[in-house]
Amino acid sequence: MVANVLLFASWADALGPSVRLELPEGATVRHLLDAMTARAVGKSLPKPLVAVNHKYARADLHLRHGDEIAIIPPVAGG
Amino acid sequence: MRAAIVDRPLDPASLLAEVATPASGASTLFVGTVREVNEGRVVTGIDYSAYGPMAERELASVVAEARERFGTERIVVEHRIGTLRLGEASIVIAVSHARRAAAMDAQRFVIEEVKRRLPIWKREHYADGTREWVDPTRAPHVAEVR
Repeated sequence: MVANVLLFASWADALGPSVRLELPEGATVRHLLDAMTARAVGKSLPKPLVAVNHKYARADLHLRHGDEIAIIPPVAGG
Repeated sequence: MRAAIVDRPLDPASLLAEVATPASGASTLFVGTVREVNEGRVVTGIDYSAYGPMAERELASVVAEARERFGTERIVVEHRIGTLRLGEASIVIAVSHARRAAAMDAQRFVIEEVKRRLPIWKREHYADGTREWVDPTRAPHVAEVR
């Protein structure tokens, strides 16, 4: 499957506002994080969480075609 | 209840007026503002950015949870995004409740959950002209207590 992944803050500065990733069918959030970490090699970015369809997602969640996927660097609201 | 992410200056008094009612014994108003020094560096301003749809959703969840825990519908929160100057308000939380302790506890719950969960980021501008994204997980004061 092709995933269009939204990026924010330091991750967006380093890699742009979004990236397209080719992932195997049945890929999980863990697979996505591994693929994104590979993209970020040498860029010194903070460890992120992943959101799927506007909710924080566990590492074992299976991604589905059409999901809205986002990389969430450490948040600093308030 | 009302929760919003906005890109205009905040007006704390209007949020307080929005929650206050004769049934209330207490109303609390929390105003988070841009501070001039962070981790020893002189700050001149902050850019706040958000993952808008998710931030709105999380903020609405936080407010709904506060209503369940503390028993009041009278909670209003606005978080501002965009470029803020020193002293400007980034977040305003107004809570009204029959009892003061519950009003204060609800307000504390909302600000702590906002800081923990809302997908909002801030990039500080420093006096030396540099800018950096704030990462609370790497702040020296966090490292010290680990």
